[in-house]
Amino acid sequence: MSRTPLDTVEHAAATPDVELPWAELGLKKDEYERIVEILGRRPTGAELAMYSVMWSEHCSYKSSKVHLRQFGEKAPENDALLVGIGENAGVVDVGQGYAVTFKVESHNHPSYVEPYQGAATGVGGIVRDIIAMGARPVAVVDPLRFGAADHPDTKRVLPGVVAGIGGYGNCLGLPNIGGEVVFDPCYQGNPLVNAGCIGVMRHEDIHLAKASGAGNKVILYGARTGGDGIGGASILASETFDDAKPSKRPAVQVGDPFQEKLLIECTLEAFKEKLVVGIQDLGAAGLSCATSELASNGSGGMRVTLDDVPLRDSTLSPEEILMSESQERMCAVVEPDKVDRFLEICAKWDVIATVIGEVTDGDRLEIFWHGEKIVDVDPRTVAHEGPVYERPYARPDWQDALQADDANKLPRPRTAEELKAQVLQLVASPNQASKKWITQQYDHFVQGNTVLAMPEDSGMIRIDEETGLGVAIATDGNGRYAKLDPYTGAQLALAEAYRNVAATGAKPLAVSDCLNFGSPEDPAVMWQFAEAVRGLADGCQQLGTPVTGGNVSLYNQTGEAAIHPTPVVAVLGVIDDVARRTPVAFQEEGQLLYLLGDTREEFGGSAWSQVVHDHLGGLPPKVDLERERLLAEILISASRDGMIDSAHDLSDGGLIQAVVESALLGGKGARLVVPDGLDAFTFLLSESAGRAIVAVPRSEELRFTDMCGARGLPATRIGVVDGDTIEVQGAFELSLDELREAHEGTIPALLA
Amino acid sequence: MARVVVDVMLKPEILDPQGQAVQRALPRLGFDGISDVRQGKRFELEVDGPVDEAALARIHDLAESFLANTVIEDFTVKVESGDVAAEAAK
Repeated sequence: MSRTPLDTVEHAAATPDVELPWAELGLKKDEYERIVEILGRRPTGAELAMYSVMWSEHCSYKSSKVHLRQFGEKAPENDALLVGIGENAGVVDVGQGYAVTFKVESHNHPSYVEPYQGAATGVGGIVRDIIAMGARPVAVVDPLRFGAADHPDTKRVLPGVVAGIGGYGNCLGLPNIGGEVVFDPCYQGNPLVNAGCIGVMRHEDIHLAKASGAGNKVILYGARTGGDGIGGASILASETFDDAKPSKRPAVQVGDPFQEKLLIECTLEAFKEKLVVGIQDLGAAGLSCATSELASNGSGGMRVTLDDVPLRDSTLSPEEILMSESQERMCAVVEPDKVDRFLEICAKWDVIATVIGEVTDGDRLEIFWHGEKIVDVDPRTVAHEGPVYERPYARPDWQDALQADDANKLPRPRTAEELKAQVLQLVASPNQASKKWITQQYDHFVQGNTVLAMPEDSGMIRIDEETGLGVAIATDGNGRYAKLDPYTGAQLALAEAYRNVAATGAKPLAVSDCLNFGSPEDPAVMWQFAEAVRGLADGCQQLGTPVTGGNVSLYNQTGEAAIHPTPVVAVLGVIDDVARRTPVAFQEEGQLLYLLGDTREEFGGSAWSQVVHDHLGGLPPKVDLERERLLAEILISASRDGMIDSAHDLSDGGLIQAVVESALLGGKGARLVVPDGLDAFTFLLSESAGRAIVAVPRSEELRFTDMCGARGLPATRIGVVDGDTIEVQGAFELSLDELREAHEGTIPALLA
Repeated sequence: MARVVVDVMLKPEILDPQGQAVQRALPRLGFDGISDVRQGKRFELEVDGPVDEAALARIHDLAESFLANTVIEDFTVKVESGDVAAEAAK
């Protein structure tokens, strides 16, 4: 970009014919023309930098916006929702005066380029979103997707990502309580690194990002600004990066968790003293985003002196300062008479803080450099009125063939021996195997409030020591199901997360999502996206759990090949007393095992079809959200009234997977009887949704079955917790030792 | 036997939290006048046989693929003379 002479607003007006590198910055021709039309002249280099990052797919949601509206339009009535979609993160009332904010975001592309720092800064970014709402972060979760477990590049990406999440989160002192790890060749060149965070606050402490009141000061605080990730937002997230020229490859952002910890404490102290009018974290698009969003959410006017931004590298140009994605920075709007106190708090925490501008009574965002005006724009045109695309979408022509390739017709095990071998193969397969080797690298228990963490059905955190009030979170997403049918796949992800929360005894309240898809310029991908959003919005409406916010990540593809459509859904729930939680592990021998829900022959997209036949085809399991709601109510009531001692939801891998996990975690085996009307294979391996297994103490059996009967939920007694083997009567018996070796040996053997 | 030294430094535009921590500590300890600190890694490789172009090319390869993360780090390879190596060993 031209640095001599300085490309001021005046200069730009006088030199309309200067060619700017809009294409290199990821803008399309019509988008550039639109900018010229808005400004009535060509943009300056600095203005172009701002528009290009803010109008990128990543920041503007230009392809997804038209579909995402459904989350608002179909939002169910829900008294718990205090702040809805559109803010940094949604806020939910969890009772007793507490509010909880949570959100999931993606950091996919950076994590492929530099796994450690990409994943670490992903955690940092989502944590700052939560602080910006005025909440104290209390836990993080990480849904991850990698290529084939035995691919050499997975061995480069996965350990880096896991170490980055662990390194950053552990240093920050935040427990990591949930998430998933899934392997599939479709993620080989494009791993998905999603990160979620939960924050807690009192109702009165909710803060929104806005800058009102002329004369209020704009304070940038946190780390100095360097050349990190310049253009990362527009270039990395907007185009597939395999065709990026080396020169285009941006500098990777490096995180500093200790700085972030100071930022948390410093921000919360400033909030506590009510020093802050508006606040915004600096994530993608850095200062461009923070200034334009703060200004446009307020009255609109802001004047910023870029020379005052503390720099790590004095050679940065103003365009680079505006685009820099240096981590651990925040921007606050503070009334003039409170600035001194704000700066004092920052100094106390050893955080650099600088007044870089002020709110004006105009409606222009003006940015100065060396005394000259280099930006003069209406901030709304940068932040909110970017391009919106109605991208064409069409059901791909291969969809019918894919669905016709019925997995229920695959050859099934013919003998009990074969069934046994396949069960063993399944529990040892990378996706079904224990992820202990990965999750043990994260600190689950720091802060001392973790009640449940992986591999439980959902993570659970106590938020009040006296009353035992707690929140639970589960994230789920099955790209294979969504590939077969994106509408149903998204609802299955929602249903599974909802069920997982209920299985631990918590009441599901609200939803956040991270929608990972391929290129929106491909009509087939756009169709998948549209269907998944429609499915999720319909599902949330039916379950009464509103979507409070989330993130869309597009262009997840390598060359022409898109990833499986992967909507990852996080469900947040509340539990009045965490002492009433239900664990996955079998607790006591002699307890009765009940299967709740209906089992059908449903193998489309199943773990069995993948592991045994390397097959993906047919239809995913059917969704019945009314059934899910009933199942959840039963699980919650049973937990509250002490009728069940363990519960586990059934999902990929079917019943046997759940039983093996509960048995290994509890160190107690089980004897199973195949119920009437089912064959052993379907009983053990079908993936019908809306099911769970529970262990009922004998003394509670009657009360429990009466409750299920009265509410109309099928409950089938399938066996008993017993011994040190898992025995399926009339079929096979596997010792816990043998199962443990198979289940826990796989991941270390591949990755350690 | 000769010694080849590979110095690995974070690229100039990359944040160096360790270097910053050192730099912030200096004035507290009374050491003024240092405006920036960047911290790197030094590898000393004892090479069997002659350090010829082929050997250096090999070391360059191993530095690029293993010692340095070239996404965020730069490295330099330099040969220390046998004498220097011997000095250092004393």
